Amino acid sequence: MDKVISVSFGEIALKSGNRKYFEDKLIKQMRKAIADVGYEKIYKEMGKIYIEASEDYYPQIINRLRKVFGLVYISPCIRVEQDFEEIKKASIQAILERIEDSRIKTFKVETNRADKKFSMKSPEVSKEVGAVILKNIENLTVDVHKPDVFVYVDIRQNAYIYTEKIKGYGGLPIGTNGKGLLLLSGGIDSPVAGFMMARRGVEINAVHYHSYPFTSERAEEKVKDLAGILSRYIGTIKLFSVNIIEIQKQINKNCPKDEMTILSRRFMMRIAESIAKENNYQALITGENLGQVASQTIEGLNVTNSSVELPVFRPLIGFDKVDIVDIAKDIETYETSILPYDDCCTVFLPKHPVTKPRLDNIEESEKALDVDKLIEAALDNMKTYIIQ
Amino acid sequence: MIYLDNCATTKPRKEVVDKMVEAMTIDFGNPSSLHRLGFHAEKKVKEAREIIADYLKVENKEIYFTSGGTESNNIAIQSIARKYSKKGKHIITSAIEHPSVLDVYKHLEDVGFSVTLLDVDENGYVDLDTLSKEIKEDTILVSIIHVNNEIGALQNIKGIKEIINKSVSKPLLHLDGIQSFGKVEFSLKALGVDTYSFSGHKVYGPKGIGGLYICKDLKLDPILYGGGQESGLRSGTENVPGIIGLGEAVKILSTNSRNEAQEAFKLKKYLVSKIIKEIENVKVNTSLDATSSPYILSLTFKGTRGEILLHYLEEKGIYVSTSSACSSNGTTKSHVLKSIGLSNDEIEGTIRICLSYEITKEDIDYTVEQLRIAVNDIRSIIGR
Repeated sequence: MDKVISVSFGEIALKSGNRKYFEDKLIKQMRKAIADVGYEKIYKEMGKIYIEASEDYYPQIINRLRKVFGLVYISPCIRVEQDFEEIKKASIQAILERIEDSRIKTFKVETNRADKKFSMKSPEVSKEVGAVILKNIENLTVDVHKPDVFVYVDIRQNAYIYTEKIKGYGGLPIGTNGKGLLLLSGGIDSPVAGFMMARRGVEINAVHYHSYPFTSERAEEKVKDLAGILSRYIGTIKLFSVNIIEIQKQINKNCPKDEMTILSRRFMMRIAESIAKENNYQALITGENLGQVASQTIEGLNVTNSSVELPVFRPLIGFDKVDIVDIAKDIETYETSILPYDDCCTVFLPKHPVTKPRLDNIEESEKALDVDKLIEAALDNMKTYIIQ
Repeated sequence: MIYLDNCATTKPRKEVVDKMVEAMTIDFGNPSSLHRLGFHAEKKVKEAREIIADYLKVENKEIYFTSGGTESNNIAIQSIARKYSKKGKHIITSAIEHPSVLDVYKHLEDVGFSVTLLDVDENGYVDLDTLSKEIKEDTILVSIIHVNNEIGALQNIKGIKEIINKSVSKPLLHLDGIQSFGKVEFSLKALGVDTYSFSGHKVYGPKGIGGLYICKDLKLDPILYGGGQESGLRSGTENVPGIIGLGEAVKILSTNSRNEAQEAFKLKKYLVSKIIKEIENVKVNTSLDATSSPYILSLTFKGTRGEILLHYLEEKGIYVSTSSACSSNGTTKSHVLKSIGLSNDEIEGTIRICLSYEITKEDIDYTVEQLRIAVNDIRSIIGR
């Protein structure tokens, strides 16, 4: 009888043709996530992944695994051989461990027999294990509808008994769905957008725009910190940092004041696309959210969108702010996002930005600027950071 | 590099660093240890205390080492409030104090004290007539920032003390001396100050060390309890390298501070005349006579933002400071600049220049030239 951590994965189990590819990617990322914590072995057994490690490290390992996309449940379990006497003993121990620190009054046994060669059928196992628990532990009754605790009996090559299913984020392993470039500001939304696309398996790199000396170097540092938090989920992130102050100065000087924001955004999209093409990233990702600010009206998004050819993923487009904030808090980017260092100085924010821009007007305004040259100059001064 | 943010902190003098390295490598003992190593450390602490006492022309036993200005202000104010709360619960201070004073008073208000904030005029000076009206029978303490850290106003302590002496309740007088120590000349004994706080890193000494002068007639209780160091007022193993560093910094001040202040005063006047000549629309928020620190200059460049100016200058290797940040999500504006009547726009366009003994006339010329370029550039962008 010994302890292991089991990991179940949801969606990738459905991908029958590529299953091994997805599983191997996932195991690779799990190894990376827990390498510095320390474990002994990771192995597959009939559709689940198991980790052998010292029990002292379980809290840290579970915490790290929760951040690996593709995992649905994580459970510390007791592993025994396919022997019914052993299974019964382990079940009693598993529930005793849970009772110690909580007021558990009712339970239910659920059995999953992945190895059909095991002689007893699942309902039979559940029934007998339940009977043994009732006999050995006082003050405990069965409740099949709303039990305080489930005792899961998982019969594979070995038998695994556990009482906890710790939720992971699900999704798909990073890197199974191509590469994208996230437009990362210091705000609340864009880190969440990056997180959501990463959860769909997209490998994320990021570009950040700043206006030094009109903004502080601390604003860039804040974005590095945000990328650092994201990298806990995503792995290594390449962060491109682009100073767009010259572009903003030129817009300010030559274009209608109320178009400042929308014109800047078109530049940001173009620069991002140029970086993406250079690095073979296949999509741009933004934290845009319909109606949140003046530049994110449907008209504004159309005008922004038409400056690039690559697909633009906007995972937050239909979210309410409160929902975005909830995710930001959950993934721990919120506290950093609300620090008061802005990436965009108020000097350039028009008092009344245009909310229903028309593409032909905007393109007309852009004629006053040497767009290609400005982009080239901005890219020439770009800095690249590797965030781990 | 032209470092003009000497009110925030200063670069330690080389002699200070050398002494501190010695303190950490050779005299690293604990002054409380009975053996020779401890005795050596104790002696060094004693020497530093003597240097500081001599410099301030007070007695050795009136100097207590602390972790810095904030702690010194806290000990003085909290201890006095606690000790004299039976006599009265009214305290008078100014509207332009440092947070390490103002926030202590906010706390004291929560526990039943009443605090009167004296307004200041457009130059940052407390009105003496108002002070005299505000001193009540239950006033136990008047606490004033000697030199204001943002605008440099040097308060008329002599006048303040005269009013205190004429009052019935005769409250104690605490000076926040963080920006006056080593920078302006005064005599604690002649002024009749009861407590005076000072800090190491504002006078080319190390951070994490400071001190508090407590007039020997006044016996204060500690706010931290422990091993009984510093005559029981401030427990905790002495920061020996810090104390030695501060001692060395003050030793140099003893011979240099008068000359350094005179030079700084000349440079400050030169700086202002040059700026006024070369840059339009400048408001000088600091007086150019003996009623302000020779080292501090607050300037408002209308139609600019202090933070942007600061970043422009830092690109040229010039370091200044501002008291408000350029931010769309709520700027916290300086309560000091508000108190001297600056508008929000003026506060946003304000920078502070704090000189040191290392600054030369050439540095000033270069700074003004870069300021002129930056101000013009920013104005052309914002003015649109």
